[in-house]
Amino acid sequence: MATRAPGDLAVIPPHPPVRPSPGVHRRLLVHRLDVKASPYAYVAPFFLLFCAFGLFPLAYTAWVSLHDWTLLSDVHKFVGLDNFVALLSDDYFWNATFNTLSIGVLSTVPQLLLAIWLAHLLNRPLKAQTLFRVTLLLPNVTSVVAVVVIFSQLFGRDYGMINWMLSWFGVSPIDWNAGTATSHIAISVMIMWRWTGYNALIFLAAMQAVPRELYEAATIDGASGMTQLRKITIPMIRPTIIFVVITSTIGAMQVLAEPLLFGIYSITGGPDRQYQTLSLFIYEYFTKLDFGYASAVSWMMFIFIVVIAGINYLLTRRSRGGLS
Amino acid sequence: MSKLRPGMVTPLLAVVLAVGVTACGSGGSTGTGASSGATQPAEKIKLTVALFSDFHFAPLYEEFKKTHPNVEIVERRAQFNDHHKNLTTQLATGAGAADVEAVEAGYIATFTPLPDKFYNLNDYGLGKRQADYLDWKWKQGLSADGSKLLGLGTDVGGLAMCYRTDLFKKAGLPTDRAEVSQLWPTWEAYLEAGKKFIAAGVKGAKWFDGPGENFRAIVDQAPVGFYDDQNTLVAGTNPDVKKAFDLSAQMIQADESAKLAAFSPPWNTGLTKGSFATIICPSWKTGSIKDAAPTTSGKWDVAAVPGGGGGNQGGTHLMAPKQGKHPKEAAELIDLLTNKDTQLKLFTDAGALPSIPALYDDPTITGFTNPFFSDAPTGKIFTDAAKALKPQHVGPKAGDVLTTFGNALQRIEQGKQTPDESWAQALKDLERIK
Repeated sequence: MATRAPGDLAVIPPHPPVRPSPGVHRRLLVHRLDVKASPYAYVAPFFLLFCAFGLFPLAYTAWVSLHDWTLLSDVHKFVGLDNFVALLSDDYFWNATFNTLSIGVLSTVPQLLLAIWLAHLLNRPLKAQTLFRVTLLLPNVTSVVAVVVIFSQLFGRDYGMINWMLSWFGVSPIDWNAGTATSHIAISVMIMWRWTGYNALIFLAAMQAVPRELYEAATIDGASGMTQLRKITIPMIRPTIIFVVITSTIGAMQVLAEPLLFGIYSITGGPDRQYQTLSLFIYEYFTKLDFGYASAVSWMMFIFIVVIAGINYLLTRRSRGGLS
Repeated sequence: MSKLRPGMVTPLLAVVLAVGVTACGSGGSTGTGASSGATQPAEKIKLTVALFSDFHFAPLYEEFKKTHPNVEIVERRAQFNDHHKNLTTQLATGAGAADVEAVEAGYIATFTPLPDKFYNLNDYGLGKRQADYLDWKWKQGLSADGSKLLGLGTDVGGLAMCYRTDLFKKAGLPTDRAEVSQLWPTWEAYLEAGKKFIAAGVKGAKWFDGPGENFRAIVDQAPVGFYDDQNTLVAGTNPDVKKAFDLSAQMIQADESAKLAAFSPPWNTGLTKGSFATIICPSWKTGSIKDAAPTTSGKWDVAAVPGGGGGNQGGTHLMAPKQGKHPKEAAELIDLLTNKDTQLKLFTDAGALPSIPALYDDPTITGFTNPFFSDAPTGKIFTDAAKALKPQHVGPKAGDVLTTFGNALQRIEQGKQTPDESWAQALKDLERIK
């Protein structure tokens, strides 16, 4: 992608060479090299870093996953796909997969709807616009540790604020940490708190590029705000929605800090593994120094992410509204 | 100062995390000044000390600097489980370990089988300290063949039971510590006393904090715990472990548990608010309670532990990983941090019970009363406990085994499983511990 633009420029030399001399030749060569090769040099740092910190670990993890690899032992026995076979019949792995998907759906879907709605609200002339936009981003710049510690207190069983407020309506105290559904909800709320504003800002940026005449015309035709959102805004910012859906999906699949800290360092994600996500499952096996198995889980997670992101991409593409 | 806290955490989560992160990257700093070879008096040396809680070492560092003006000491702390996992990783990857590392009793057997990773402290003249020590505590710090001295003990964890006199009074139970000790000669009697307390219906208060710590105490009192002497995992077949599990399950079913995981933030709140009337107290925990709930001063007292004494819970060793560049200074620091005067001082400051038996008859200790605990004679209580202490062999993955049972008891507590289902799952989980 990065090479496309310079390629077009390269074919037009400034002057046709009338009387080529050695010096001119050399200069021509340098010039050609400059336009042909230097773009690659410019993008090279990224690709070198990507190879060192992205591609190599990916490949090496695949290699480790084919071994019985314990960190403290010097012998790494090749076991082929045994780790993957064991994994597929491991209840705790599927439990972690379910938890990840459940928390992913519970956090991503409301989060994106809320983000679009917030962006829509902010995409109109308002006083103190910048203030509102900065406020949206504040939860995102807060440290995840601080967020989870505070939310864990809010969701406390005995002295938590949420249970206290629920008690006004006669609801008896909920042990948020204990239940599967309740713990997933609590964790999803933390994720939403951090990322809704961030996504709303991305949506807002896309919305500002939508031509205003469309809204003016729609207003003249008597379309309500909600209709305008549905019929104009969403179809016009579809590429951005696809982008946000995919990044959010990837993020949701990799959730680690929230469940780990919510469980007060329980690497099993609660006594019954009720909120152990895939990342936490990997972490559990890495801390047990069973690197072979942990690497196999990492690769399964990678495959899941690719598949789920792909499905989401197709779904969001198909839901083409179009301006008709 | 020494505590096994499976899956639990100190209240200062954020601070601990920050320390943990720095801990990962500070390995290189120990190498400064190593270039000159032989130690010059002027050579600047930096020693790092890695701990898992506040050991009250700070004044001792100052003392060390008086005799070693060229040494700078940096202390770092991480959460209990993280601290030990970090050390494992650092030893395996060959970088990042501190010059002096604290290792708790639940993990010591993980590290003593790796004598090549630690300096042999015999080489630095610390073998002479053997005469000071409790024999079993000394042996815990040796390599398997006994030839190398890898760690020197700080404290041991003799057991007692701390209780809230105000809550006992409300429930119509005796408050005098001798009478309270009479209440529970056995753990079965403790269970029954708990039923009386619950029946009295003291508002907002349960009998104990959480079942995991009582379970651990009952196991600690048995002659054999999770491992036999050959390091074979026998937790699933040892009748004493099953008995401890059943007793703990009965306590949960009698609604005696406040369902608070020890050392978690809600546990701290519970301590302050009086959410539970009793708590198992290894010596060092008297220090933890005082640190976590300073406003409850005078409301506590200390009685004998059910089950007739015995049992050690926790206790720490200091070790010097070979990654450190200054073994001589590290060994000298370890010597200072574990010597008689230090252990005496740390008992009065932090409730750390000495591992030097000569001190058990020292009047400073035997005459020590703890004002925080209604002037209970904790010196006498804990030295008596230490004298009655029958040490138990600790296996290599004792920490993971304890986490497994802790989770199993919590599943009963949260009403997810019956005791039988939970025990069955715990047995399956034990098979995963390799």
